This record gives sequence, C-alpha cells and structure tokens, in this order.
Amino acid sequence: MSEAMNVHSGVAAAHAVHHDDHGHHHHEQSFISKYVFSMDHKTIGKQFLITGMVWAIIGGLFSVLFRLQLGYPDQSFPILETFFGNWAKGGQIQPEFYYGLVTMHGTVLVFFVLTAGLSGTFANLLIPLQIGARDMASPFLNMLSYWFFFIAGIVMLASIFVHTGPASGGWTMYPPLSALRQAGEGQKIGTDLWLISMALFIVSSLLGGLNYISTILNMRTKGMSMTRLPLPIWAMFFTAVLGVLSFPVLLSGAILLLFDRNLGTSFYLSDIVINGEILPNEGGSAILYQHLFWFLGHPEVYIILLPAMGMVSEILSVNSRKPIFGYMAMLGSLFAIAILAFLVWAHHMFVTGLNPFLGSVFVLLTLLIAVPSAIKVFNWLTTLWRGNIRFTPATLFAIGFVSLFISGGLTGIFLGNSTIDIHLHDTMFVVAHFHIVMGVASFFGMFAGVYHWFPKMFGRYLNNTLGYMHFWVTMIGAYLIFWPMHYQGLAGIPRRYLDKKGWVSFNQFGELDKMITVVSIIVFAVQLMFVFNFFYSIFKGRKVTTPNPWGANTLEWTTKINPGHGNWEGEIPEVHRWPYDYGKDGREFIPQTEPVGANESKH
Amino acid sequence: MQTFFIVAILALGFLITFQIAKASEYVAVLRGYEKSRKQTNKLNGFMLLAFLILGLIGVYYCNERLKGKILGEPASDHGVLVDRMLYVTLAVTFVVFIITQVALFWFSYKYQESDKRKAFYYPHNNKLELIWTVIPAITLTVLVGFGIFYWFKITGDAPDDAMQVEVVGKQFGWEFRYPGKDGVLGKKYFKNVNPAANNPVGQIWEDRYNHDDVFVEQEMHLVVNKPVKLVIGAKDVIHDVGLAHFRMKMDAVPGTPTTMWFTPKYTTKQMKEKTGNPDFVYEISCDQMCGKGHWSMRGTIIVETQEEFDAWLASKKPQYYVANPDKDPSVKRDSVIASAPLTGAVINR
Ligand code: HEM
Ligand SMILES: [Cu+2]
Ligand SMILES: [Cu+2]
Repeated sequence: MSEAMNVHSGVAAAHAVHHDDHGHHHHEQSFISKYVFSMDHKTIGKQFLITGMVWAIIGGLFSVLFRLQLGYPDQSFPILETFFGNWAKGGQIQPEFYYGLVTMHGTVLVFFVLTAGLSGTFANLLIPLQIGARDMASPFLNMLSYWFFFIAGIVMLASIFVHTGPASGGWTMYPPLSALRQAGEGQKIGTDLWLISMALFIVSSLLGGLNYISTILNMRTKGMSMTRLPLPIWAMFFTAVLGVLSFPVLLSGAILLLFDRNLGTSFYLSDIVINGEILPNEGGSAILYQHLFWFLGHPEVYIILLPAMGMVSEILSVNSRKPIFGYMAMLGSLFAIAILAFLVWAHHMFVTGLNPFLGSVFVLLTLLIAVPSAIKVFNWLTTLWRGNIRFTPATLFAIGFVSLFISGGLTGIFLGNSTIDIHLHDTMFVVAHFHIVMGVASFFGMFAGVYHWFPKMFGRYLNNTLGYMHFWVTMIGAYLIFWPMHYQGLAGIPRRYLDKKGWVSFNQFGELDKMITVVSIIVFAVQLMFVFNFFYSIFKGRKVTTPNPWGANTLEWTTKINPGHGNWEGEIPEVHRWPYDYGKDGREFIPQTEPVGANESKH
Repeated sequence: MQTFFIVAILALGFLITFQIAKASEYVAVLRGYEKSRKQTNKLNGFMLLAFLILGLIGVYYCNERLKGKILGEPASDHGVLVDRMLYVTLAVTFVVFIITQVALFWFSYKYQESDKRKAFYYPHNNKLELIWTVIPAITLTVLVGFGIFYWFKITGDAPDDAMQVEVVGKQFGWEFRYPGKDGVLGKKYFKNVNPAANNPVGQIWEDRYNHDDVFVEQEMHLVVNKPVKLVIGAKDVIHDVGLAHFRMKMDAVPGTPTTMWFTPKYTTKQMKEKTGNPDFVYEISCDQMCGKGHWSMRGTIIVETQEEFDAWLASKKPQYYVANPDKDPSVKRDSVIASAPLTGAVINR
C-alpha cells in the first residue's frame, strides 16, 4: 500500500501498522499541519491558488497604475503621491517608477500567477484526483515546492520596498541594462533581489514539475492507461516536462547575470561606456543572455497556456455533453506543441542581428507551431457542434478562451513571419498579441477551472450571477482593451513608452489610450468582485448536494463531496474506459469507473 | 475628492450587484433551481450570439476609426515589401478569423441545451482531422515562402553604391558618424571614448580613414533614392534603431555591431506634402527598453536630395580636426587656441 504510506505526514510513519484500515480512523491534525505545512495535495493546490490570487491582485493593480499614466499622461493624481511619495512626485508617475511597475507587473503575472498559480493549483488538485492516486509521489517535496514559491514571493515583495525601488529592466531583464548598477535606480539592489527571487522560484517550479511527472507516470490507478487520462492531466504532464527542461536554462542565465553584476565577470558585457565611465569588460555577449532567456521564455508561454488548454478541453466536453472531438489528435497536438516550443525561441530575436539564414529557419519552425494550434481550435469547435451545451460560468470562460486563442494565435502568424516582425517587433502589437493569447486566454482557462472545480475544492458553488457578470465584463473588456492596441503597434509605437507627446509619429492615439485605461479599471474592479465571490462562497456559497454535480465521468467526482486526506475512503476505484463517454448509446454520461457493457457500441 | 467619489460609486455599485446576485440565488432556490438554470442558459446563449454580431460590428468600426492613423505609405523600398507581406497575411488571417469565430459563437448559440435535443456522440473523424491539418499546413507554407523570400531580400547584402552611416545609441540619445570622402569609417576602440577631448566615438586617430569622418548627434541626413547601410552599435546598454516610416528596425548592441540597409523613397519635404502635415519629420525611436529615458530617446532623419546632402555634409568639420585643431589646414596657427574650446563645448552639449 505505497499510496497509503504517502498520505501520512512523517509523524504518521509510526502508525504504519494501521495502514490497512486506512480511512476508518482519523489522525487529529493540528491547524499548522492541516492548513500551513500541509502535505495534502488538495490543500497545497488551494495554497497555490490563494497565493496566486493575492499576486494577481498586486500585478493587476500595478497595471491600473501605469495605465493611468498612459491614458492621462498630463493629469496629476495627488492620491498617488500620498501613497508613493517621491515615486509619484506631484501626483505623476515618475519614469523609474513606471518601469518598475511594468517590470513587476510582467514578472508577477507571468511567473507567480500564470505559472505557479495556474499549474500549482490545478496540477496539485487534479493530478491525484483524476488519475486515482491518494496523493503526489512525494507530498513532502510538494510542500517544499509551495514554500519555495512563497519565499520567492517574499523576496520579490521586499524588492518593491527597497529604497532604490524594484527591478525595472522589463520582465525579460536583458543585460547590459540589468547588469549595470550605473544604468539606473532599478538596476541596483532591486535587480539582485529579482534574480534571487527568480532562482528560488525556479527551484519551486522544478520540485513541483518533477513531482507531477513522476506522479502521472507511476501512480495511476488500476486500468488508468496513459490513453485513458483526462486531457487536463496530459496538459499538465507536458507543462511539467517543458518546465523541467527549460527552467534550468533560465537559472543558468540568471546566475551568470548575478556573476556579472557582483563578481566582475564578463559573460554578457563588452565594450561599455556608461555615464562617462569606461568599463574594463571585453569579450562578453549581450545576446547570449537572450538565447538563454528565450530558451525558457518561449516554452514558458506554453507552460502558461497548456494547462488552460487541458482544462478547457475537459470543461467543453463535460458541458456540451459530448466527447472531446479527436482525443488522439488533441494529444498529438499537445505533444507537437511541446516539442516545437523548444525550437522556436529565436523568433523573439529576429532583429538582434541574428544571422538571416538562421532567422529563416526559425520562421519555418515558428509557423509550424500554428498547425497543432489550428488542430486544437477545430477540434474544440467540433466538440461544441451538435452538443447540448450548458452555459455554466466555466463553460463561458472556456468558450471565451477559444475565442481569445484564435484571435491571439492569428496575430502570432504576423509576428512569426520575420519580414513583418521587422516592423512589429517590440511595438504595442506584440503587447496586444501576447496579452490576448497568453495573458487573458490563460486567465480564462484558470477562471474556467476555478468555477468548474470549486465544488470539489470547497463543497460549495460560486455565486452564478456574479460569475456571469464576471465573464461578460471581462470578455468584452479584454477585447476593448487589446483589440485596438494592435493599431498602435501597426503605427510603430514602441512598447514601454510612457508618454508619446514628444513624438510626431506616435501621438495620434490619445483618445484611444483614455478609453483603454477606463476599461482596464472597470475590468480590474470586476476581478475584485470575483475574488470577493470566491472568499464569500467558501463560507457562504450554496452547498453542493451531490458528489457529481456536473454529471462528469472523471474520477474526482467519485470521491466524497469533501474528500479527506487520501481522497477515497475505501479502495481507489478501478478505471474501465476513457473519460469522454458523453451521450453514448443514449446515456448522458458513463463514468470511467463503469465496466464496458457487453452490448456497448465501439467508437 | 474626485477619487473619493469614484471609490464611493464603485463600492455602491458593488454592494448593489452583490445584493442582486444573492437575491437571484434565493429566487432560484424558491422557483426551482432547474427552471431558473434553464432560463439563464437561454439568456447566455443569446448573449453569445449578440456578442458575435456586436463584436464583428465593433471590429469594423474600430478599423474605420483607426486605419487612417497607422502611418500610411511605407517610405522605403523594403517597407513596401513589409507592408505587402503584412496585408497578404492580414487577408488570410482575417478569413480564418471570421470563419472560426462565427463557428464558435454560432455553434454555442445553436446547440445550447434544449430538452428536445440529445448530444451527438462524435468522438473522432480521421478524414476531417486530416483535412484541417493539411489546409493550415499548406497555407502556412505559402506564407512562410513569401516571408522568407522577402526576408532574404531585406537582410541580404547592401548594394555596392550604398552610402554608409554609423549609428550609435546611448542613454538616451543617438550619435552618427559619416565616413567622409574616402567612404570608409575609421577604426574605433571603446576605451578611447573621451568626449572631453572631442572624441565621443572613440576613434583611433592613427587610422587615416578616421581623418575625414564627420560626427553629428540626434539628426541624421540621408539621400533620397540612394541605398544607405547603417552600421549600428551602442555604448552602454542595448537600444534599437526603430524607423517606423521605413518599416525597418535593428537592435543596437554594445560590443556586437549590427547592420541594416534600405533605400528612402521620399524626401522629408515630399512626406510633408503626402501626409499634409507641415510638421512631419522622420523619427528614430528606441525600441528596446534601455532605462528611464527609453520613451524619450528620439532622433530625427532628414531625407533630402544629393545636392542638399552634399552641402550639409560640407558644412561639417571632420571630427579629427575638431579634436586635433593643430592638424586642421583651414585653421590658422594662431587662431587655434581661441576656437578649440568653443567647438568642444558645442559637441559635448
Ligand atoms: C500561432 C502561434 C504563435 C506564433 C506564431 C507566435 C509568434 C510570436 C512571435 C514571433 C513573438 C515575438 C514578437 C516580437 O517580439 O517581435 C511572440 C511574442 C510573444 N508571444 Fe507569441 N506566438 C504564438 C502563440 C503564442 C502563444 C500560444 C503564447 C502564450 C501562451 C504566446 C505568447 C507570447 C508572448 C508572451 C510574447 C512576448 C514576449 C515578449 O515580452 O517579448 N504566443 N509570439
Ligand atoms: Cu515565442
Ligand atoms: Cu534606448
């Protein structure tokens, strides 16, 4: 009973003799071991989720602040000075503050929210529940993974409060800017803290990822072959593989950068004269860092996106009461994306002086990745076709996800074509592209997941009316914010410009910028409403009365409404079929645990 | 006061929403949960359809409002290629966009839950899946083909008659160097940089190619219809030479020189007429985050006729003479002492 061993904390090892009657007795857990240093995957998932939500609020608030500057560059907001003092002198956001905010916004949302918050939550929650395991392969490493993430967060948070401000070199942190203390305030201690925080984050992510992989490979219940896995699990699997293979590369990049900053090495530095000071470094390559960064950076965008894709597949299938269309193709395309994700990084570097021939190879590989993406879209569409669709808030967010993924994926075809990228690189077009396809789309996947699995997490429902408002305002808002932004990029407006007054070519979008700012504030407010709904519903939401409220096939719905440590009270159920028998042979759904009947039709 | 007002309104709106949300849940429970769920389902199905229609109208409206603001005609030969590729891609993706978005929202609306319908068990269809693997693959191959063809044209070697200009980015401004009559930029070494001694570039004075090189700041001059090759570098951090009107862009990396070339098609004067904007000027934007002044790192370009350009260049004294006034044949021995500090001050500004 190796699973049973794992669910117990170290103290429980002494009770090993009792393990056969697992579930019939309860260890009295202290508050600390139950909610703080918990080793139950469900609790760790919730910890990731709630921490992620806190970071999302912080990251979102930052964007509201810098949107104020972009929409109303001439207006003074005295309240900002009250809160931020010199950073917002005269009620106006100062450039260094602006760049600090942008950098923190990007870092926090990409890594802390959409990587840790998304994978951390749903990989932890769903993997054991959907594959039929009592917990992760190593609950202890799993707990460590959360706490490394937590400490990384503390370090990042601390960096915001140091005297010279947080790192401000952009979330990509390119040297030499990020390597030279002389280059600006944010390049002082703030950048060191950023690098340390990222290193801790990477450790967390590796611990988590290795655990997810080994759990999926080794701890599936009887009958759960790899091709009977629900798609979210496959998605988390590839996500974890991407992370394990690419995060170490970023770690090495970050460490070399720390060396250049603190030990006088010249990995990235050469021929530099800054503020009249001639630096001794020669022979380094600033571009090396970009290769290391994007070798993680591109897989990273799929680390963010794949879990959302997996959950959306599941939710669309459950709620259209139809099997996911083309399960094997969905799998194959996930696999293709995971492979290609490693072969396209240099499309972020077309205009760095990259060898043009190499550039053309990356064009080819980049546009190849659009093929599996297209397959996924068509399969989702066919899943909806002739379904019997229930629009739960989760379904709506899943549909919204597909819409956004189409819109953002198509603009990727512009950027992946190096000829067009010459004009669009580092403009607002890129900002529009990746917010739609990665930022908002993944958030939609995450929201869909939260609405769908909230009953499993807390035994209650989220308030539906608030859920619908949340969806509609966010959906409309997202398009209002990011769709017109493409035009700014087509006009050539560079990213990270906080005021365009001084420019003849770029100052024609004043009204648009105002509109975008107003909509962002509204959308942000609605997210706060969601957070409220979340916490309110944990305690006061409508209670779930049946173990399988959505009529779903997967194993998590065979547990009790509020499953305890170990998930299933008796034996772990055995699996007899794939998870998508919806609407088969006139039956609305057939759980995975049901043996295949003698007269059942084949598919 | 205003802020307080906004916060108060938000809070109030929030409270009201919350009360409605709570009430609707109670009503649902009273009236029978299934029934009210089905009503909501219809409402959301309808909203999805409405979103599609209004969204498409919105896309059209947005385009009408903004299409006039995106810079207009490209001002270089390469820019023409870039724009052509862009519009071809736009056409292809727009068709896909319409088909897929319409299908998404239409299916959602059409196949919303109804007691009369049973979902159709349809787990896969290999032929269909093959079709929609192959069609995107072919389309993309065509786009890649065109793209790479243009890309090689744009990034290929500059023609032999191209003029050269060196562009150097620094926090937060642009410096330019013209090779002078010999057509060759003299050697430089970063440890020679010394603005106080009138050597902002770090030129090696022993290299005779340096003797006629001209140094200017912030404003670059180019000749219309004459290919120009920019040799790009940076002093401190990475910058990027962004030329939106020419549709060109290249990073400026300290320690690793980069190049790009193009042919300006219109003089600044012509562009003033074309755009109807008397203040028109070609701008160089820094497109790579480079510190707190990134957003204001602006240079300008004057595109002019060969004669105008020659006259302008002739009016500039080679940096070699600025830095070594004793070598300057046009300066009389005794006036050197008076003029040197003055020029120095201007250059160092
Ligand atoms: C059809 C598939 C896609 C293609 C062809 C594509 C292509 C590109 C290219 C070429 C760039 C670089 C643009 C530039 O900096 O000039 C880019 C940027 C970016 N893409 Fe995509 N993309 C695709 C899908 C995605 C997806 C699915 C995600 C996220 C899940 C994503 C997230 C991003 C992000 C975050 C950036 C910006 C990085 C930065 O800060 O510079 N893209 N994309
Ligand atoms: Cu990429
Ligand atoms: Cu710059």
